[in-house]
Amino acid sequence: MPMIAINEDRCKGCSLCVRVCPTHVIEMGKNLNAKGFYPAVYTGGKCTACKVCTLICPDICIEVFK
Amino acid sequence: MQKVFERPKSLNDRPFHYCPGCGHGIVHRMIAEAIDELGLQDRTVFISPVGCSVFAYWYFETDNVQAAHGRAPAVGTGIKRANPDSIVISYQGDGDLASSGTAEIIHAAARGENFTVIFINNAIYGMTGGQMAPTTLVGQATSTSPYGRDPKFAGYPIHVSEMLATLKAPRYIERTSLNNVANLTRTKRAIKKALDMQNKGEGFTFVEVLAPCPTNWGLDPNESIDWMESNLIPEYPLGVYRDVKTAEVKS
Amino acid sequence: MKVLMKGNEALSEAAIRAGATLYFGYPITPQNEVGEYMSRRLPTIPGGAYIQAETEVASINMVYGAVSTGRRAMTSSSSPGISLMMEGISYLAGAELPAVVVSIMRGGPGLGNINPEQADYFQATKGGGHGSYRMIVLAPASVQEMTDLTVLAFDLADKYRNPVMVIADGNLGQMMEPVELKDSYPNNYDHSAWALTGAKGRKGHTITSIYLDADEMEDYIHKLYRKYGEIERVETRHEEFLTQDADVVIVAYGIVSRVVRSAVELLRAEGIKAGMVRPITLWPYPKAVLRKLAETATFFLACEMSMGQMVEDVQLSVEGRRPVYFYGRSGGNVPTPAEVVAAVRQRM
Repeated sequence: MPMIAINEDRCKGCSLCVRVCPTHVIEMGKNLNAKGFYPAVYTGGKCTACKVCTLICPDICIEVFK
Repeated sequence: MQKVFERPKSLNDRPFHYCPGCGHGIVHRMIAEAIDELGLQDRTVFISPVGCSVFAYWYFETDNVQAAHGRAPAVGTGIKRANPDSIVISYQGDGDLASSGTAEIIHAAARGENFTVIFINNAIYGMTGGQMAPTTLVGQATSTSPYGRDPKFAGYPIHVSEMLATLKAPRYIERTSLNNVANLTRTKRAIKKALDMQNKGEGFTFVEVLAPCPTNWGLDPNESIDWMESNLIPEYPLGVYRDVKTAEVKS
Repeated sequence: MKVLMKGNEALSEAAIRAGATLYFGYPITPQNEVGEYMSRRLPTIPGGAYIQAETEVASINMVYGAVSTGRRAMTSSSSPGISLMMEGISYLAGAELPAVVVSIMRGGPGLGNINPEQADYFQATKGGGHGSYRMIVLAPASVQEMTDLTVLAFDLADKYRNPVMVIADGNLGQMMEPVELKDSYPNNYDHSAWALTGAKGRKGHTITSIYLDADEMEDYIHKLYRKYGEIERVETRHEEFLTQDADVVIVAYGIVSRVVRSAVELLRAEGIKAGMVRPITLWPYPKAVLRKLAETATFFLACEMSMGQMVEDVQLSVEGRRPVYFYGRSGGNVPTPAEVVAAVRQRM
């Protein structure tokens, strides 16, 4: 089952991955990370490993598994 | 489960210093991926300009040199002439290239220097805090055009890709954008194509990338993308402005 | 075997024989012959490259790029062009890169004229660029020295990883004199530890002059200044002429030192014990010899083709022990031996 892993410590909360994810399996988290950002979190939903989120992530926070 | 995407090897593991939603990090990754895919890591010399990406050398697992403001194409010329086997990337922002370094970029292109320029156009000065750049749009407010850029005093935006396309020597000039998946894909493809052409000794290659600068545009990352689509891209039409193989060039 | 050569061409041939087969420059009188000569010779040499750059700003940055690969490279210009290179020179010093810059001085300020002058002494020796740096400055006084000091410049640049300037004036650049050149000059410096040759089988090298942290920047500057102290201790060069018993010590460099040599002989013929100190390195400046002579001489006279710039270094060296006077001409006028003799007599 394809999935993504988001490095929530490095995420700066820009939310661009949320914008482009075609299956809307990413949303902005509720608790601050060490840098004071609300990181993006993987909802566990149906990821297709299309890797579009990694295309736009400015900080290379996302790894994709298939 | 198999990992199908991870950090490119040509980047070390240091987190980027850029602002949330900044275009630099995206393009850095694309360049590193292209270097990995083309197997150029151990021949690449990456030139950092002066601007937010002055510290790009913190990230690239290649040889790096930091150039004075606007001088990267001259430094690149020196490197490439000294060592033609090297793969030279002149990474520059719009203040560096379109303002301080206009002479250097025009003449490196006119000479047809065999290296690749990656030009990040976000229509503003980032590092120094949001001043007007030569690429700033008419009416765009910045810290030095607080009432909006007024052509009567500050002229009009400079279109570098079109300008360089009037020169005979350049082999590949394309303007892309980071605003959506299609254009992101085109940007990566353009960067890889440019580096591949350089590796084949084709000559001067140039990729202009329209990029978001949320902090100095005074917008959040999503609003920045929207602003790019409604303002920046209309001013700077995307597309290929030159793509010719050396063999096809009539002398 | 001696050959009659023009200064600008002689120094170019010497640079080539020292392995500097990369030249980036821009036309400016009175040093056009350097670029022209390089444009004839370098394309015929394997690995050689000649570029007429768009500006002197671009030229010095092309040198910055070329030397960052570990190869020898140079540029040349004259007064206004050297002004445009000052940022680049500061970067070369800040990044500890070996490079040779030739300055053939002309009349200034502003456009000035194309006649010879020596009014860029401050520009060369007192840091024309920004920040805490020093540049080794060598001053030839003959076409032979134009070649010898250019070769030396490359050695010192590589030895200390620092920009080195060979500074002359329009006379020396344009005049022809017999010159003896070796077939080649050795380059036994290994820069593989830092040169940008491609990170094949090694970590990437980085060349930068950025130190954000104040302590790091200060430590780095102190490291540069330990290097400069070593250069001052080891590389200072000068010539003395009849100074052993000199009452009057005339200090002059470059073309003016040839006039002063004649003036010293005229003065000696009139029974006045005159002598000359000729700095060969303008930086590091030969302070010690002047300080020593201040114990025996009656007064010093600095002679320059300017309104007096090196005279200040004479004053600094003598530290008030003896009077230091100045005589100079400007605009392209070269002082005559008779004028120098009169200037000395006036102070007797």
